[in-house]
Amino acid sequence: MPFDSNAMEKEVSVSGLTKIFGDGDTAVTAIANADLALVPGEFVSLLGPSGCGKTTLLRIIAGLEAPTEGAVEVRGQSIWNGKTRSTAATRPVSMMFQEPRLFPWFSVLDNVALPLRVARVDAKTRRERAARICETVGLKDFLHHRPTALSGGMRQRASLARALVTDPQVLLLDEPFGALDAMTRDSLNLELMQVCARAKVTTMLVTHSISEAAFLSDRVVVLAPRPARITDIIEMPFDRPRDLDLQQSTQFQSMVGRLRRALSEGA
Amino acid sequence: MHKNTLRTILPIISVTSFLALWTIYVHTAEVSAFVLPPPDAIVVALFEMVQTRELWDHALVTVIEAVSGFLIAVTLGVSLGFIMARVPPVEWAAKPFIVLMQLIPKIALAPLFILWFGFGLESKIFIAAALAFFPVFSNALQAFKSIEPGDKDVFTMLQANPVQRFFLLDLPNALPVVLTGAEVAVVLAMIGAIVGEFIGGNEGLGYLAVAHLQNLAVPELFGVIVILAMVGLVLYTLIGRLRTWFSPWHVSTGVA
Repeated sequence: MPFDSNAMEKEVSVSGLTKIFGDGDTAVTAIANADLALVPGEFVSLLGPSGCGKTTLLRIIAGLEAPTEGAVEVRGQSIWNGKTRSTAATRPVSMMFQEPRLFPWFSVLDNVALPLRVARVDAKTRRERAARICETVGLKDFLHHRPTALSGGMRQRASLARALVTDPQVLLLDEPFGALDAMTRDSLNLELMQVCARAKVTTMLVTHSISEAAFLSDRVVVLAPRPARITDIIEMPFDRPRDLDLQQSTQFQSMVGRLRRALSEGA
Repeated sequence: MHKNTLRTILPIISVTSFLALWTIYVHTAEVSAFVLPPPDAIVVALFEMVQTRELWDHALVTVIEAVSGFLIAVTLGVSLGFIMARVPPVEWAAKPFIVLMQLIPKIALAPLFILWFGFGLESKIFIAAALAFFPVFSNALQAFKSIEPGDKDVFTMLQANPVQRFFLLDLPNALPVVLTGAEVAVVLAMIGAIVGEFIGGNEGLGYLAVAHLQNLAVPELFGVIVILAMVGLVLYTLIGRLRTWFSPWHVSTGVA
């Protein structure tokens, strides 16, 4: 078993995680008692309909939202000490959001180099590193453009480059390509898979697209709403490297069918 | 005719006809030159004035007052706006004073400032600052409050410290709106300085205007008004340039 989490070192581990928004009669349980572990280099998707708490789960792991109960560890260190986030534990974690979140007062290059600037890397080194990562995501000719001059797909490439520029060990993706057209989305997913494999980064993707989850992931975590919970974790047994043709195969189609059944059983 | 040619010619035509009508009116309607001098008399007076040292000394005083008042207003307005945006209890506590201050016509404070700070530069600087403060402050408060939660998340993930976040996110994000407020503020600072000079003291273009009025030197009075408009234009343009310079990305500047 390649993903026996007991036998291997855990990169990310979530145990007994519960998040309740509000209190009293208006309390809403966003996540109930979630357990999950990722091994280094693994690509895991959180798949579920809107309102199943998948984004909340990701934000708790990122240290952006405090859990009500339970623990999150990244490389053995607790992300949360009660309601306080641990800056040391979140350091190897990088996150990419639904919107590109680029800043119009910086060029593409300076946007990508921003994490290094905050980390006080000197100007020359950070420009070089940012330029290199831009090249790998196909932004070589847009380094000195303003983000507003880029297309939606190009902006998300820059956002991905920014998330990767610090060489993170854990990459959290919150439906990053959800707003893009199908063709751009396909090619970005393909590149995402290659970049993640090359960087050997442990990746967690939130998505509501069944085929996207099946195509990219080693394992797919299926979530159900009301109460939000993990209902199933299904392994995607396709060889790597994968290409878009995989999606035409009967094996792929049967996995998609299985995921769809898991989703409807949970709901 | 071509659109661009029309755009050059039409303003010239409108200004020339305005001056021509003015001249004709003065000569035909038998208006006293004390009330409304013809444009050529104003031009002559203006031409003589700009050759005197006196005018430029007075102009310099007014500029110093207006610019100092403006800078005080910007410093106070931006820092208070930022603090209140960041620490809401401070805003709640200050709210009654802000509302009260906005309701008072600030010009009415001018005599009080003369009483407190004397007839020198200080009182005029404070009047200018009092007038210029609000557009900067209210724009800064709004601008610093309107940081998107998602942008904050990016900086939280990067573990930026508060100083880094201020200079890399809050300030550049707020700058276009703050500078729009500053454009209005610089004009108000000029008004404040001139009103202060009207009331007391013996320096500045406002004082010069009053002095010309008392001598019934009406063309010279008009000359001072023209100079004041010029100074205002220069300051306003300068701030506008600053805005394009500091925030070329913003929609209001029209550059992609």
